[in-house]
Amino acid sequence: MVSLNQLVAVCLMYVAGLFIVAFAAERAALRGQGGWLLRSPLVYTLSLSIYCTAWTFYGAVGYAARSGLEYVTIYLGPSLVMIGWWWGLRRLVRIGRSHRVTSIADLISSRYGKSNTLAIVVTVMAVIGVTPYIALQLQSVILSLSIFAAPDVPLAEAGGDVINRGQAALWVAAGLTLFTVLFGTRNLNVNERHHGVVIAIAVEAVVKLLALVAVGIYVIWGLAGGLGETLARIDASAIGQWEVQGSRWAALTVLSGAALLCLPRMFQVMVVENDDERQLQIASWAFPLYLMLMSLFVVPIAVVGLDLMPEGANPDLFVLSLPLSQGQNGLAMLSFLGGFSSATSMVIVATLALSTMVSNHIVMPIWLALRRDGATQSGDVRNIVILARRLSIFCVVGLGYLYYRASGGSGALAAIGTISFGGVAQFLPAMLGGVLWRGATRAGALCGLGTGFVLWVFTMLLPSFGADVALSSATLESGLWGLAWLRPEALFGIAGIDPTVHAVVWSLALNTLVFVVVSLFSFPAPLERLQGAQFVNVFDHSGPARGWTASVAGSEDLMIMAQRILGAREAQAFFTREAERQGQGQRLPEPTPRFVQALERELAASVGAATAHAMVAQIVGGASVSVQDLLAVADESAQMLEYSSQLETKSRELTETAAQLRAANEKLTQLSLQKDSFLSQISHELRTPMTSIRSFSEILRDAPGLTDADKNRYATIIHSETIRLTRLLDDLLDLSVLENGQVTLNQREGKLRDLLDLAVTTAQAGATRPLKVLRDPQAEDITLTSDLDRLVQVFINLVTNARKYCAADQPQLVISAQVTAQGLVIDFVDNGHGIDAGSEALIFEKFSRITGEGDGAGLGLAICREIMCRLGGEISFLGNVPGTAFRVQLPQSVLTPPAKDTGPVVGPVVGADTRS
Amino acid sequence: MPRPPIFLEKRGYRQRRMMDAVRLLPFLGLMLWMVPLLWPVPEILPDATLEPSEPTIAMSVALRYLFGVWALLILATWALWRRTRDVASDGGADTKDGPR
Repeated sequence: MVSLNQLVAVCLMYVAGLFIVAFAAERAALRGQGGWLLRSPLVYTLSLSIYCTAWTFYGAVGYAARSGLEYVTIYLGPSLVMIGWWWGLRRLVRIGRSHRVTSIADLISSRYGKSNTLAIVVTVMAVIGVTPYIALQLQSVILSLSIFAAPDVPLAEAGGDVINRGQAALWVAAGLTLFTVLFGTRNLNVNERHHGVVIAIAVEAVVKLLALVAVGIYVIWGLAGGLGETLARIDASAIGQWEVQGSRWAALTVLSGAALLCLPRMFQVMVVENDDERQLQIASWAFPLYLMLMSLFVVPIAVVGLDLMPEGANPDLFVLSLPLSQGQNGLAMLSFLGGFSSATSMVIVATLALSTMVSNHIVMPIWLALRRDGATQSGDVRNIVILARRLSIFCVVGLGYLYYRASGGSGALAAIGTISFGGVAQFLPAMLGGVLWRGATRAGALCGLGTGFVLWVFTMLLPSFGADVALSSATLESGLWGLAWLRPEALFGIAGIDPTVHAVVWSLALNTLVFVVVSLFSFPAPLERLQGAQFVNVFDHSGPARGWTASVAGSEDLMIMAQRILGAREAQAFFTREAERQGQGQRLPEPTPRFVQALERELAASVGAATAHAMVAQIVGGASVSVQDLLAVADESAQMLEYSSQLETKSRELTETAAQLRAANEKLTQLSLQKDSFLSQISHELRTPMTSIRSFSEILRDAPGLTDADKNRYATIIHSETIRLTRLLDDLLDLSVLENGQVTLNQREGKLRDLLDLAVTTAQAGATRPLKVLRDPQAEDITLTSDLDRLVQVFINLVTNARKYCAADQPQLVISAQVTAQGLVIDFVDNGHGIDAGSEALIFEKFSRITGEGDGAGLGLAICREIMCRLGGEISFLGNVPGTAFRVQLPQSVLTPPAKDTGPVVGPVVGADTRS
Repeated sequence: MPRPPIFLEKRGYRQRRMMDAVRLLPFLGLMLWMVPLLWPVPEILPDATLEPSEPTIAMSVALRYLFGVWALLILATWALWRRTRDVASDGGADTKDGPR
């Protein structure tokens, strides 16, 4: 018979051994040795075995003794999940590695835009969900201890007088806390990996497997008498028939599969401690194998226990009490150690995972919010983090202890475990949805989690305390506030379902429904969408989430902060590595966005994504650019761009308008000048004849005794001056009409020769000094269509000019006509002395007379120019010819006869307006 | 996206089919393990008396079946791991996947 003291001594020795193993592993990991062992898939698989807790070790047998094969669902679900590693776990592990995820709360918060609210919600839910589980471990250890203390007493009466269960539980809880604190929070690990703990867990996994297998083999071949015998005994026993309800079978399989993914401790060992996807691949068959071995001997032990043990013995403890009752103290001791291992490993990892979550998502944000001065000025953050972790561990284990005391250590182990599973399974929709579906939003996750959690508390957790403890029996019977559809075990009036199935189905279904519906109808923040894309497409690009612009952030500040969180040596190593990568040599690295990103991830590994983000934000300060900021900036710059382009357009318009105005102004000034000079010229022109008319008429009036000859002579002068005035006014009128474009062109057809004949005859009429005109009648045989009267007017003017101004002794004028590609060209060349180069530009201006001679008003050539312009042609002075030469050009169109149906054309002909 | 070549190297083709098997195996397991849903369950209601002739599944049969499936799945996963460990851990297997 093993005494209690012996047992305690063995336990302490065992724990000390574990401690040494863990310590050695930590040292080896620090020195970089033993990596092959620490990273071996075997250790990874064994560490996964914390799934098998004391619930498995003791509870499975009790479960089997009560409800047959139903217990196996708890292992079928996880086996399926592991076998289907390709679908879910691979993705989770990859995300966990590429985003340095530290816990399931971190994963969910990270996915939904690094939302700390969500992290807090998940953390609180996890703590509440896992607390019964920790109580369960305490209970199993206490039960097993009490069996040793009083092996012969049926469990119903055991305890109390033998050992004080409350005290024992307190001691066990304290011991577990101490162990966890010693291992889990000795330092802040860069990767949140605990090599020592993992190795210790692996050892414990071997111990519990060995213990259970040893008991199983002893039972089958030692007690039952062989395999065949055992199977026969099984069939003959009370659980000899298949009697599992289908709904429970399916629901529990799903629930346990979900729990494998969602339990914080499983997430810790499966995702956070994972180094390599190969580990997962091997675990895909090794872990189901482990589970199968763990559950293989459960039914034989249960059946033989039911046979051999006295009525009323607690079937939960058959693993222990069977060997003990047969006097196999060594085997019983091994079995006890197996159960102890199961309980301790679970509590250690679970509290570690929970404390990470609590400190990262609840304590640190609060602490950071209280310390407004920032992470650089305050004390060593590492100490704060470690302290927060230790306090969290105390709290979590303390909660478990309180739950144990509150629930009175009653109830079957399996029931408590299922409740816990149901609680954590509520993470599944948010987690899987977030990893597989880009449309999942933070609001959806929050609402889904909330719905699932409330339903779980109402339908599973509170009823588990029994009637009138948490929920009154009235509520259980007739629903909350007397509403029948709010009965905890028959929601919406659908009764008759197994309570567990009822709770699982309703909570998970409504959780998923709310999650999906709210996600569909809510809109994610930009950061959330980015994170979502990165999580869902983790295999396409495992790039960083979004950038910091840390040009303002001094590398020194970052260095100081990093040292406080990562530790001086690690931080320096990290900075050196980054500096080398940047090619900065021994100096501090430039705070490039990439570097700050990398640093944030390093920090996130220690304090969680949200906290690390906040810390870096404090240092980088205003220069931190979140996606929202970027979008806002982009919006603003787009607006500014638009505005400036508008401005540019406007200023261009203004410039154009100003140029137009300037041109118009110039034109107006010129016009004004022209008008002034025109007026002065015209008054001058009018004044000269008027003066002579006035003087001669005064002579006629005032001078007495004028001879008739004189009178006649003076009257003639007055008459001729009047004619000159009239002609001048006629010319002015003509010019004005031409210049205003009011002239009506009278298009007619005629021969050029006839026109020239008319012009020469008219010009020569009454001439004192005849002008010899040389012409080529052959060349002039051209038919024109134009305003012939006007054209003749031009010709007359030119011939008259030649007659008047040709200074040669034998004045002669050569008129030559030719048809060119451009049209008709008629040259008028006399043998005079020509016009000086300086006057060439002026001859076509109004009132320009080269010499003082002549009686013209100087409007003739100006009128000619206007006429030619109206006719679509041109008149020009040819300077390179001896004598005075004018060229009249008419467009091609005058050579073609007009279409029959157009009749007389009114207005300028084609091209007539080119000058105006 | 460039189309993968139609005729693939036999080994590569085989490996992809093995990855298909890895993907499908959990569904096979689920199906096999949900077979017990079809098994008759003795009535628990007090008024319904269990016919002695009514066939029920004996515990040993259920045990053999469930654990047999379990062992089969583990063996299959192990065998698939042997065949695909190089492919799957490249990480690129899912993106470079050929036609399914």
